[in-house]
Amino acid sequence: MPIKVLIPTPLRPYAGKQSVIEVTAQTVGEALNDLVAKHPDLRKHLFSEEGKLRSFVNVYLNDEDIRYLSKDATPVKETDSISIVPSVAGGR
Amino acid sequence: MALIVPQVAYEQIRKHGEETYPHECCGVLVGEFDEASNKVVKSIVPCGNTRTDSPRNRYHIGPAELVRIQREALLAGQDIVGFYHSHPDHPAHWSATDLAEAHWTGCSYVITSVENGRAALTHSFLLQGQEESKSFEDEVLKVTA
Repeated sequence: MPIKVLIPTPLRPYAGKQSVIEVTAQTVGEALNDLVAKHPDLRKHLFSEEGKLRSFVNVYLNDEDIRYLSKDATPVKETDSISIVPSVAGGR
Repeated sequence: MALIVPQVAYEQIRKHGEETYPHECCGVLVGEFDEASNKVVKSIVPCGNTRTDSPRNRYHIGPAELVRIQREALLAGQDIVGFYHSHPDHPAHWSATDLAEAHWTGCSYVITSVENGRAALTHSFLLQGQEESKSFEDEVLKVTA
């Protein structure tokens, strides 16, 4: 089914400058796979060489962190949206 | 390329640093990229600092807050264009930790030094490059009426 993925500002150059991309998926993992299939330049910005999400990349299904759901296997509905947000931190 | 901030938002950023002193404050800059690649801030969103273990010298914005702010910005036809935080009793310049934990390339990172509870200098830095070669560059910060 179609589902929307919200792309954060720093990843837009690798996603055809789009802020929202529609993918086809039954799970979050399928959605991310379809996303990088459509926009291969995104892959290295989202995944490590081992294929895992990079440590500073957060993926949310609606308002829930997929790490606390069923991760890649989390099922999606057409009304859901997936958000990608790199972490924001630092300090003196 | 510059970061353009309305006076009201600029004052809000600095006041936030005073309110949370001696802890670091943090928040999000929401706005637009104009045709000249300037970032034009329309509003700021103050956030909580989740680094309650070390709030005097560390900040972290909860990703759930970022998700909500990003979604609302997109609905309004705007974008997250940067972030701000404070350095209590420390210069308004990025630190090694700031660079290591910055991942929003193309966005602005605004830092306000807060000395003895009073906001002192506010500077902006542009995060450039890719994750493996990223760097901060001094950025012009224009405050508009």
